[in-house]
Amino acid sequence: MRNSLKLTFFFILVSSLFFSKVHAAGEQNDLLEVDWSFKSFFGKFDRASLQRGYQVYTEVCASCHSLKHLSYRNLAEKGGPEFTELEAKAIASNFEVTDGPNSDGEMFERPAKLSDKFVMPYANVQEAIAANGGAYPPDMSVLVKARKGGANYIYSVLMGYEEPPVGMELDDGVYYNKYMYGNKIKMSSPLDDDIVEYSDGTKATVDQMAKDVTTFLQWTAEPHLETRHKLGFRVIIYLSVLTILVYFSMKKIWSRIETEV
Amino acid sequence: MSDHEYTPKSKVGKWFNDRLPLLTLANHLTDYPTPKNLNYWWTFGGILTFCLITQIITGIVLGMHYVAHADLAFQSVEHIMRDVNYGWLIRYVHANGASMFFLAVYIHIFRSLYYGSYKSPREVIWIIGMLIYFLMMATAFMGYVLPWGQMSFWGATVITNLFSAIPLVGESITNWLWGGYSVDNPTLTRFFSLHYLFPFLILGLVVLHIWALHVPGNNNPIGIDIKKPSKDTVPFHPYIVIKDAFALLIFLLIFAFFVFFSPNILGHADNYIEANPLVTPAHIVPEWYLLPFYAILRSVPDKLLGVIAMFAAIFVLVILPWLDTSKVRSTVFRPIYKQFYWFLVADVLVLGYVGAMPAEGIYLLIARVATAYYFAHFLIILPFLGFKEKTTPLPLSITEPILGGSPDIAMARNNSNYKEKL
Repeated sequence: MRNSLKLTFFFILVSSLFFSKVHAAGEQNDLLEVDWSFKSFFGKFDRASLQRGYQVYTEVCASCHSLKHLSYRNLAEKGGPEFTELEAKAIASNFEVTDGPNSDGEMFERPAKLSDKFVMPYANVQEAIAANGGAYPPDMSVLVKARKGGANYIYSVLMGYEEPPVGMELDDGVYYNKYMYGNKIKMSSPLDDDIVEYSDGTKATVDQMAKDVTTFLQWTAEPHLETRHKLGFRVIIYLSVLTILVYFSMKKIWSRIETEV
Repeated sequence: MSDHEYTPKSKVGKWFNDRLPLLTLANHLTDYPTPKNLNYWWTFGGILTFCLITQIITGIVLGMHYVAHADLAFQSVEHIMRDVNYGWLIRYVHANGASMFFLAVYIHIFRSLYYGSYKSPREVIWIIGMLIYFLMMATAFMGYVLPWGQMSFWGATVITNLFSAIPLVGESITNWLWGGYSVDNPTLTRFFSLHYLFPFLILGLVVLHIWALHVPGNNNPIGIDIKKPSKDTVPFHPYIVIKDAFALLIFLLIFAFFVFFSPNILGHADNYIEANPLVTPAHIVPEWYLLPFYAILRSVPDKLLGVIAMFAAIFVLVILPWLDTSKVRSTVFRPIYKQFYWFLVADVLVLGYVGAMPAEGIYLLIARVATAYYFAHFLIILPFLGFKEKTTPLPLSITEPILGGSPDIAMARNNSNYKEKL
């Protein structure tokens, strides 16, 4: 009894350390919280939202932000936006990639195929920095995992553009954002109502687009999230049943001697 | 082990066993007399063996897909996460496995501290254990560098820079470790090589650790010497095997929860940003399991002394069997030590907490007090307590406090109390 009390005390202490650590480190405003469909044990992606999110990414973000770890085939894979293979092929063929050398030793341009990586907006980091006033637009492949607060953080930054507080001087090309670390961001507010036209008839409000593109970026960061949740659930069930069986076996075996386990 | 007489039943078995006594070894491991009052804190040895094997197997598979090159490492990790079949699972098991390994090893170490398992005749087991722990920290540190994220790069820079504090040769040593004038590709490739090597050194030490354990046999919650085999012991198989299996499954449930539902919560978000030598992260923090030592390092204003303090914090553990002068092993019979023990636990947790905080203001002050107390515990309190403390009477055997057949009236009265404690 006393041991278990101590154990409980110990775990409360450890977990409170964890949480206070998380809390104390956040010096910016509390993030906006969204009840994402991919959270929780059975969390899944909203397929339509992923497809809309991809549209927002291509039409808005992709002019500056790369997705270099993704291939066009990923768009048709299970657990993602699940475009049909034909759709994914059509998407890929909109982009030109350099291939080669061919039999003449020449490099050549061709339309992208499913197996190609996403075409990057800039040839290299230096070009990206030069084109964006000295700030590097980060690659978005794992951006959600690379920011404390994850999806909520990305969503909050997209929603966090405001007039700077009185007395705050901002340089040219610097914008105020309520949720960005340091509150200064070199990207102007990327979303405006109806900046994209959704084919499924969803109204393209800033909030809707921010949610869709964040969902999409959560998928790019964790393309196997759905498999992980599904497998995880089965593993937990399997382990629980096995644990119970082993517990009773143990009780039975130890009943041969008078000591308790 | 040498007192073991065993003859295999089959002729072939006997023929083989005469040439290589593997069957004798197997028989020894099966029959190995184990105190029957071991509690669940004793199941972590088995859990740790499982952790090591898991890390080695997942690590070998990851090594097949990982590319140890400064330009390709980050990308190859993403390749594992996206394109390798169940690569995400293998990597998340490996990454969280490191944390679970340390969680288990800390429980294992603190169990030893509570029940005096490091005392005579088990000093060698303890010292080998500390060597394993030290190698584990080195292995984990180098493993964290391999994904070549921001925290990998800057963690490596901070830790390797510690060696530059050594007078005269410090800088040469640091350059030698780096294989250049900063953390770069040569650093990454050698870390990969060593990260692959060290687990096998650990495995060898684990064999020695268990061998050394099987000479005197297990300590137990009341810490008295017992006759083996006797009424106080049970054979390792099936009694301890099934109990270890049960505890391991509980442990696996927690492990699985992290892997499948919170795989990144124990890591740092910055490590998903590719290493960039030109951008320093706001806070450079090591993984949680190294935080207490990081706090000790930063609590000393002088760099060299800080490094010395950090290594001394591990070294005092190595010489612990001679610092603790008390002949009584188990804390159950040491009322005053018991309180100091829980103080130490709290102290280490506090050190871990301030290790994650910026080294300034109140955090720095707390870190200094906690560091001072850590050393005071081992260097002042333990040696003196052994002479001063009045311990409560020890039972004559394990069976005695359990069955209540004590010749000592006071002890018989306390039986229910004992039972609860054990």
